[in-house]
Amino acid sequence: MSTRQFGAPVRRNEDARLLSGQALFVDDVELPNMMYAAFLRANVAHGRINAIDVTAARAREGVIAVYTAGDLEQYWAPGPVLVPPPPIAGVVFNARTQVPMAKDKVRHVGEALAVVLAESRYIAEDALNDIDVDIEALPAVVDLEQAVMADSATVHDDVRGNIAAHVRQTRGNYAAAKAKAAHVASRRFHYDHGASSPIETRGIVARWDARAGQLTIWDTTQAPVFLRNGLAGWFGLSERQVRVIAPFVGGGFGPKIMMFYPEEVVVPWAALKHNRPVKWIEDRLEHFFATTQERGQTHDAEIALDADGRILGVKDVFLHDTGAYNPYGLTVPINSQCTLLGPYVIPNYDSTFTAVFTNKPIVTPYRGAGRQHGVFVIERLLDIAARDLNIDRAEIRRRNLIPADAFPYNNEIIYQDFAPLSYDSGNYEPILDKAIELIGYKSFFTEEQPKLRAQGRFVGLGIACYVEGTGIGPYEGAKVQIQNNGKVNVATGIGTQGQGHFTSFAQIVADQLGVAVPDVDVITGDTDQFYWGAGTFASRGAVVAGNAVNEAALAVRKKVLKIAAEHFECAEEDLEIGNGQVSVVGVPGQSVKLGTLAMKANPMRGAVKPGTEPGLESTQYFGPPSGATASGVHAMIVEVDPQTFTLQVLKYVVVHDCGTVINPLILAGQIHGGVAQGIGNAFYEQLVFDSDGQLLNASLADYLLPTSLEVPHIETAHTVTPSPLNPLGIKGAGEAGAIPVGPLFAQAIEDALGLADKKIDLLEIPLSPNRLFELITR
Amino acid sequence: MSTDRHDISVTVNGTVYRRNVEARLLLSDFLRHDLLLAGTHVGCEHGVCGACTVIYDGVAIRSCLTFAAQTDGHDIMTVEGLGTPENLHPLQEAMRECHGLQCGYCTPGVLMTMKVFLEETPSPDEAQIREALSGNLCRCTGYQHIVEAVQLAAQRLQHPSSLQHPTQK
Repeated sequence: MSTRQFGAPVRRNEDARLLSGQALFVDDVELPNMMYAAFLRANVAHGRINAIDVTAARAREGVIAVYTAGDLEQYWAPGPVLVPPPPIAGVVFNARTQVPMAKDKVRHVGEALAVVLAESRYIAEDALNDIDVDIEALPAVVDLEQAVMADSATVHDDVRGNIAAHVRQTRGNYAAAKAKAAHVASRRFHYDHGASSPIETRGIVARWDARAGQLTIWDTTQAPVFLRNGLAGWFGLSERQVRVIAPFVGGGFGPKIMMFYPEEVVVPWAALKHNRPVKWIEDRLEHFFATTQERGQTHDAEIALDADGRILGVKDVFLHDTGAYNPYGLTVPINSQCTLLGPYVIPNYDSTFTAVFTNKPIVTPYRGAGRQHGVFVIERLLDIAARDLNIDRAEIRRRNLIPADAFPYNNEIIYQDFAPLSYDSGNYEPILDKAIELIGYKSFFTEEQPKLRAQGRFVGLGIACYVEGTGIGPYEGAKVQIQNNGKVNVATGIGTQGQGHFTSFAQIVADQLGVAVPDVDVITGDTDQFYWGAGTFASRGAVVAGNAVNEAALAVRKKVLKIAAEHFECAEEDLEIGNGQVSVVGVPGQSVKLGTLAMKANPMRGAVKPGTEPGLESTQYFGPPSGATASGVHAMIVEVDPQTFTLQVLKYVVVHDCGTVINPLILAGQIHGGVAQGIGNAFYEQLVFDSDGQLLNASLADYLLPTSLEVPHIETAHTVTPSPLNPLGIKGAGEAGAIPVGPLFAQAIEDALGLADKKIDLLEIPLSPNRLFELITR
Repeated sequence: MSTDRHDISVTVNGTVYRRNVEARLLLSDFLRHDLLLAGTHVGCEHGVCGACTVIYDGVAIRSCLTFAAQTDGHDIMTVEGLGTPENLHPLQEAMRECHGLQCGYCTPGVLMTMKVFLEETPSPDEAQIREALSGNLCRCTGYQHIVEAVQLAAQRLQHPSSLQHPTQK
């Protein structure tokens, strides 16, 4: 191959099928004799179940069965703790995990109470209305600060004060640093995050083939391997009897990494019980309650600086809403705690959080996974400090950036992957410089803004820095195999929800084996194709699975050269691989196709040497020692309407360093999509719960996802600092676009409206026209 | 349970289908599960997201807000009628070149909406495209590459032999 595919904007292998309606999503699975499931869900946030009468529902024509918790018998059990707490001294963690269907008590609106199996989904939903539920409503735990009061109602009767977890991590000595500080600023911050709302909701199809002893599950999951293992254990089956397929999945963004959702247990159970396939597809209303979300944190944070604006230390105490259960452990608040440190030298840090159970849907990671919350706090503290000390906002950031020669840089606290929070590599100042240049920072403040203000226009600029811990372990694997037709198969255990793995992994293989990208057929997320793996999360697919693919392709390349050298009776050094064949250098006509070598490596007759492995195939694994830290700067110019407080983004710039880039087109798409979700989070999307724990805006007409009119043109630029933690030098990029958008909006809006002069700080996200009106006119 | 049923004859992608359908059967479910044309996707079932958009007598409509019975005697086009993997429509080809899709779930609805839009507005500017696209929610792309794809498709449809996308080789 003359052209290197790695790094090129290659068109995606998967697109032709997706564009023509030929790609298989879970709801596209049609099986004979299928039953259709619908779940009855709690309509109160907190209550004791007195009785559920399903008699009338069972009698409805077309209904096959109706079940409640007790019918699951020994299969009724709380789900596992998916992520145990990291080994932090003094950590308190009270695990309370979700159950397949509520038995005695309901703990959030939408918790499953009963399931109807019917000949059609229409009939199943009809029958939901036939079920008579007697629930005694209890006071709902909604507000975080009230939840931890001694007299609060309790979500779990045995967990006093609703304390799900309590963690303190420190570095240095904040109190001593504060004593020496020239300036101290403290504020209370509130950061709320919303629902990931992939356009495809969740769905499951399960089929039990009794004769084959095989349970097949099509699931919109981001973690097929662990789901296979867990469900095999749950139902007393051998792991080989369970096949989980995550086919094309219509967006994940985190909540599809959650496992053993009630439906993920009940639907396979029903298929086993009835020996009939069962399909359940979540509707959009259910998605707002039954799929996990992210939500609020309240931070009391303080920053201490010297007279030049250099950070001496930060102290932060925060409450984290974990919802009714905490199966995902501490990942989200730990990310907040760690990512607050950002790209800055913060020598003294004292951070304590309390995770709190509330009567709201479960909180698990959603793109950014708590990083936003921490970034919001530090970026806002820096803005406030810059104003107090009369230092330029970009300049105060520059003064505090970790210098390029300080890597690897150890923050001395524990990250979500249980390893010390150490940044492997980075070079932050050029990123800031580039963003300043692209946004036109200097000319904006010296020329454009004064001119616009004179015209009565309210235009402001924001700039925010962040790091993103990506590519964490433990490991992923990949199998690469050359087929007899010369095409290459790649299988890996992670699932794909639109990240382009079918193409980026093919690019890696194409370079190693000298084949065209479309001739590499990548399979992801089918446990019968690849047995091992952790899943797609934490911006790790390209880093961890990508490197496993590279290792496997390298091993196959060695096999190819060895067998070709035997074929030509020459030295391996005399061979070159390209155009789907191996050629002897400098000898025209002396070449053999990869497919021919694959056949040769799998002889039908005759003897092979001892120890021979058949085929041109290799399975390799890759596990980094710790995560690779990506970084970036976003800058934005925004115009705010001073009457309506609606806004228009006039310019948006992202400068980003995610190490070496596999496919710049795919990378740009990840950044654009992340920014769009960040914009939703910053200004449009809010889950509004009332004091009874009822979600008041559970529809896409009321919970506002950004459209093509709210998301601006996004200008991107990149710097490249390869990660030393993996051979390809990759860092993850999946979440980068979404992370710093909240503080960027707050800063730019303050600037546009001149809020500093009015002594108004924007200390919360999401903002909205309504909220701005309240804050500014109160 | 409703037993009200209707005989319908509907043309979908050029093929005439005669079926007896329940009055309440949604067009989206009819296409997906009765005709097995699963390329039309369902995202919200309340007409907001646009994933289920199909073309009904030349007009882009939400199939989740339409009953199958309402299509009797009418002509429907779905994404399966636009092009095949081997022979993509210029709009599909442009989406591929510009990376206008990620998970691909909203894509069929985007294609149907934009096909009608480009027939009515053959030379749109970016603002017109963004306005026309604003009824289709995409959670992956941030829309920018879709907008570029529609611009490219518009140019190609006007001048069929022209124009490579600049970022492509």
